Amino acid sequence: MALLQITEPGQAQDPHQRKRAAGIDLGTTNSLIASVRGGVTETLPGHDGAHLLPSVVRYTASGTVVGVDAMNAAQQDPLNTIVSVKRMMGRGIDDLKGLGEQLPYEYVAADGGMVRLQTVAGAVSPVEVSAEILKNLVQRGSESLAGELDGVVITVPAYFDDAQRQATRDAARLAGLNVLRLLNEPTAAAVAYGLDTGLEGMIAVYDLGGGTFDISLLRLNKGVFEVVATGGDSALGGDDFDRRIAEWMVAQAGYQSDLNPSQLRTLLSKARTLKETLSDQDSVAVQVAVDDFEFTGELTRDILNELMADLIDQSMKACRRVLRDAGESSVANVVLVGGSTRVPAVRDAVAAFFGITPLADIDPDRVVAMGAAVQANILVGNKPEDEMLLLDVLPLSLGLETVGGLVEKIIGRNTAIPVARAQEFTTYKDGQSAMLIHVVQGERELVSDCRSLARFELRGIPAMVAGAARIEVLFQVDADGLLSVSAAEATTGIKASIEVLPSYGLSEHEITDMLKASIDYAREDIDLRTLTEAKVDAGRVIDALDNALAADGEALLSAADISMLQQGIQTLKTVAEGADPQAINKGVEMLGKASEDFAALRMDAAVREAFTGQQIDALAEEI
Amino acid sequence: MDFNQNYFEIFQLPVNFDLDEDKLAARHLQLQSTVHPDKFVSATDHEKRLSLQWATQINAAYDTLRVKLPRAIYLLALKDVHIEDNPQLDPMFLMEQIELRETLEAIGVQADSEAALQALDVFKVDVDARMADLQLKFAAHYDADLGQAETAVYKLQFINKLRQAADHLEEKLLDY
Repeated sequence: MALLQITEPGQAQDPHQRKRAAGIDLGTTNSLIASVRGGVTETLPGHDGAHLLPSVVRYTASGTVVGVDAMNAAQQDPLNTIVSVKRMMGRGIDDLKGLGEQLPYEYVAADGGMVRLQTVAGAVSPVEVSAEILKNLVQRGSESLAGELDGVVITVPAYFDDAQRQATRDAARLAGLNVLRLLNEPTAAAVAYGLDTGLEGMIAVYDLGGGTFDISLLRLNKGVFEVVATGGDSALGGDDFDRRIAEWMVAQAGYQSDLNPSQLRTLLSKARTLKETLSDQDSVAVQVAVDDFEFTGELTRDILNELMADLIDQSMKACRRVLRDAGESSVANVVLVGGSTRVPAVRDAVAAFFGITPLADIDPDRVVAMGAAVQANILVGNKPEDEMLLLDVLPLSLGLETVGGLVEKIIGRNTAIPVARAQEFTTYKDGQSAMLIHVVQGERELVSDCRSLARFELRGIPAMVAGAARIEVLFQVDADGLLSVSAAEATTGIKASIEVLPSYGLSEHEITDMLKASIDYAREDIDLRTLTEAKVDAGRVIDALDNALAADGEALLSAADISMLQQGIQTLKTVAEGADPQAINKGVEMLGKASEDFAALRMDAAVREAFTGQQIDALAEEI
Repeated sequence: MDFNQNYFEIFQLPVNFDLDEDKLAARHLQLQSTVHPDKFVSATDHEKRLSLQWATQINAAYDTLRVKLPRAIYLLALKDVHIEDNPQLDPMFLMEQIELRETLEAIGVQADSEAALQALDVFKVDVDARMADLQLKFAAHYDADLGQAETAVYKLQFINKLRQAADHLEEKLLDY
């Protein structure tokens, strides 16, 4: 199984060798993996020749099944066959009440707050279900690319909040993947279009998938993709269209009782077929019979359009909102992403709203995975000369709970990431040594109307009189859009320790347990794995430092410093030939420490030189 | 990383309220092309941390300088003038503010939303003119009379809030 890239000892990888990188679109309905090979970006097929992998996982007493086979079992075994798991990522049991009618699962509340699903194989978290899908895709990837993957880029809806992003990262970790970056789906689509068709100017990406809707505005200029504003609805998608059709069938049939899970599955899957058929024709005959439910009739495109009208309107409202946030009145191009944009009424509404015919030249099902593959290829280091730059934003405001259940915003939505804000707090009791900070995400004023992300418990505040301590808390959002929090008391400089209590996530402890419990992990020889990982790490550090010394050593360092670092490299090389992973890790750490100053000097030099590069100056003149 | 560099120095621009905004945007992109975490995906942990710090600092600098009010507040801070939460302002100005607020409220309760939107447009033009005037005052006083520059910033804060209230009303009228 693909856990981490492993290089056999003595077969140290040539640093200039092409690395295996892939882009993964982990979708609500279908998932894909894509890669760049010989300059061509393509999605990779599975054994059955299909590129789309249904995002369905079936748990049985004897193991798990992923994809088409699982999907085909959904009707006969609805409770153990998990569909649309993406909608449950980073969500609590209360959030899923709205989905209850659509998804027939037995939800179990869990400690971490994120829901669990009861199956014959026990209770599983959505993170574990997603990890199964990822493992399947990665196996596809390593078979197609003839070797373990060095790194992947996984896409997420731009509108995903921190808990949903973190859950996606956790799933990748469970699947043993090296995640280079979480990339927003609309940005990925823009990359695919921008590089293939040379689009420039302000672009709107309208992305309607199975379960989520995103609208993003990006400014494209010579390889720079700058997200200007983003919006959407993380609970709106093609599944909602299916549900409307299913409800229509129930109403038409005059069926009064509650549907059982198997009936519901059948109706939803029938609804989906009807919807897809109506993309090409004006009407379709309907015939469904499952248990005591029976309906025969006709569904026309006009009726379908009526059923979907308010849902499509809802998405248009988000488009207006985003244009306003960006201060734009029009765009140069609109790109369609997601299978649900095949619905003619959706295309018409988009065209009417933006006043231009939307682009759909690249298969809307594959465009996201392809864009992610392009970025993965660059991030992994296969195109060092490439000037592509993606600048993204925070999709939803971050705030803190204050007195009376009100939210104090600390970072507004659409702020460019990475971003950090420092906030000062004080104690209200003498000798108070701990403090609880509740971080929420959303635009509303009341805590109860926003999403709770986590409670951060600061401990180890030095004893002082009330109001004397000045605790500076730093909220940092990284390039993946993920939040981390650190804190220190300003007058003493004492670092407060922070315990994160995620509202809808998995704790570090739970993830470790899941990793240990996974069958793949048990099969591996853990000691050998640890050693190999340490060696890979050492090789990476040695390569990086070698390259850095060759490029900037003479310009930035004294001869003595260079020789000191070269000796350090030699020492690590010797240690890395041994069999003691702890010694190797220690060596990696020491060499890392020794080269910290050099790294800082290089970064400063790069910043100084940023304005002198010719190519970049040309770009500056044109902006 | 030199955290003592001020935001203007980061972009190699003169410390001035009047600023070439196109140049600022271009240089922001140049710097991000150099330091962005995407360029350090396979670097050492220390380099990744440096990259994150730099990219964060450059975004902070850009967000501060890009918009005029935070730029003015930052310029005052560079001269060690830190703005107060409840500044003393002349009664004339405050009276005017109350009147402007009342005008805005009156627009908001009009029954005819088309007429309200038109009145709102006229109102925004007036507010923008006041804003531009205060920005000129700030630029003129910044080097000569810091007290006056500070007052201009307080007034700009009022006008800015008024402008935001006008935008909110517009969103309400347009049903966003």
